[in-house]
Amino acid sequence: MNRNSAATGIEYLLRDLAPQVLGAVMRRFGDFAAAEDAVQEALIAAALQWPREGTPDNPRGWLIHVAARRMTDQVRSDVARREREALLARQEWPFGDPEAIEPESPIDEDDTLVLLFMCCHPALTPSSAIALTLRAVGGLATAEIANAFLVPEATMAQRISRAKQTVKTSSVPFEMPAESERAERLASVLHVLYLIFNEGYTASAGNDLHRADLSNEAIRLTRAVRALLPRDGEVAGLLALMLLTDARRPARTGESGELIPLEKQDRSLWNRDAIAEGIALVTHTLSKGTIGFYSLQAAIAAVHDEAERAEETDWPQILALYDVLKRITDNPMIALNRAIASAMVHGPKSALELVDAIATEGRLASSHRLDAVRAHLLELDGQHAAAITHYLAAAARTASIPERDYLTTQAARLGHRPM
Amino acid sequence: MKYMLMMHAPKQGWTNAGIGTWPPERIKAHIDYMVDLNKQLRASGELVDAQGLAGPEEAKSVRSRKDGAPDTDGPFAEAKEFLAGFWIVDVDDTSRAYQIAAIASSAPGKDGAPLHLPIEVRQVMSACSIQE
Repeated sequence: MNRNSAATGIEYLLRDLAPQVLGAVMRRFGDFAAAEDAVQEALIAAALQWPREGTPDNPRGWLIHVAARRMTDQVRSDVARREREALLARQEWPFGDPEAIEPESPIDEDDTLVLLFMCCHPALTPSSAIALTLRAVGGLATAEIANAFLVPEATMAQRISRAKQTVKTSSVPFEMPAESERAERLASVLHVLYLIFNEGYTASAGNDLHRADLSNEAIRLTRAVRALLPRDGEVAGLLALMLLTDARRPARTGESGELIPLEKQDRSLWNRDAIAEGIALVTHTLSKGTIGFYSLQAAIAAVHDEAERAEETDWPQILALYDVLKRITDNPMIALNRAIASAMVHGPKSALELVDAIATEGRLASSHRLDAVRAHLLELDGQHAAAITHYLAAAARTASIPERDYLTTQAARLGHRPM
Repeated sequence: MKYMLMMHAPKQGWTNAGIGTWPPERIKAHIDYMVDLNKQLRASGELVDAQGLAGPEEAKSVRSRKDGAPDTDGPFAEAKEFLAGFWIVDVDDTSRAYQIAAIASSAPGKDGAPLHLPIEVRQVMSACSIQE
């Protein structure tokens, strides 16, 4: 067990150091794709060597040194292939002495942030940005990422390598984005972190531990961003939202992985520490007067988490928060969730009218969530036959197995009620 | 999002007019096309799996008997189509899955022209749950 926890400690140390090391190597050599490969190799070397031989006194310097050496070896052999003779004629090495990299060079904390901005560049598709972020900033191996997304390692390797190529061709400089585009680029970063969190947010109990780890990874990375941008309300809001949502994880699935809706969860299983931290964060953020997409959702999650029992949920406050949220985003999913809150305050009939209005807009036409919410509201309104129809319609269209099972069971429960 | 792309081939004429009766260079062109498609999907980081299935002559339908033992039936001569092979791809959206299916459907046939075989596209369900 000791050996295991030592190995786990090293693993976390390596993953914390990964973006710092990559930043240092990037500053030295520039080539993102090659630098990223070299850092991965250094991480692998460390993971093999350190548990056996002990962690070096300056782990970061060790990694930079090894990665830089890989890098120079690589560049040397490339150059050798391309222009061996020219190089021989000049008798000089164009990249300086790799041994001269100062391992004690001050850590540029912003490197992690700059890397995140690169990996979440708008030129990348979400799936590419996620994969690249997990590897370059999260320090995860390709095999681990492939495992989490249930695709072959070779496929994931290609996805990452193409993502790096896209970053290269869109010539993103290794520096902080200009002030004028900072907010928008940060929004992309937060969105990618949010997607990673959701990927890990699975219902399945035993088999999907790797995916659950993605939630932890998203929280870890968001914490790192929070440490670098402590005054940003949306960063704090996102971290709070993740903590407050993840806190319910032990209660949200049953023994066979079935979904347990919020109102039926055993709240004694909720992670109190995560809730306390999330509430403190969101309270601090809102007290500063910053409201945003994530901080408001975090505030809503906090109201849920504060209720000792489902019946004690402060629905008027949740509805008020949704009203503010709806003013800053035209996301139809938010409008749909607001309809549920409205049903809890004003009753299901007016909420059903809200759902009709959302349906008329047509933007959720392809989503099963419209049917699922409608079914729930119809049930609250006592219209059981119609509720069954919509539960089944939603079940037929969802791509999530736990959700399909949940919706089917809801329909069956209404269909087999004792008279 | 993962999708399964299923290529269905017509059963009629499978034996006496199937791919085995094409000119060798056309068979090669067809196989090369499929190999190239898989290569592209691997290079784009979208390929999860691609498999061709053995011919329908040996296809059996299996049910459990009362004692739980397998009861085999078939092959079924009357079937109009059979599943020739499938791909599982991990793509960003549905339209990309359709696009890949259309490429597969365009594989060249006996005379070198696209076969336009029907490709059934179905989303693979995930263990991911909804957000609360």
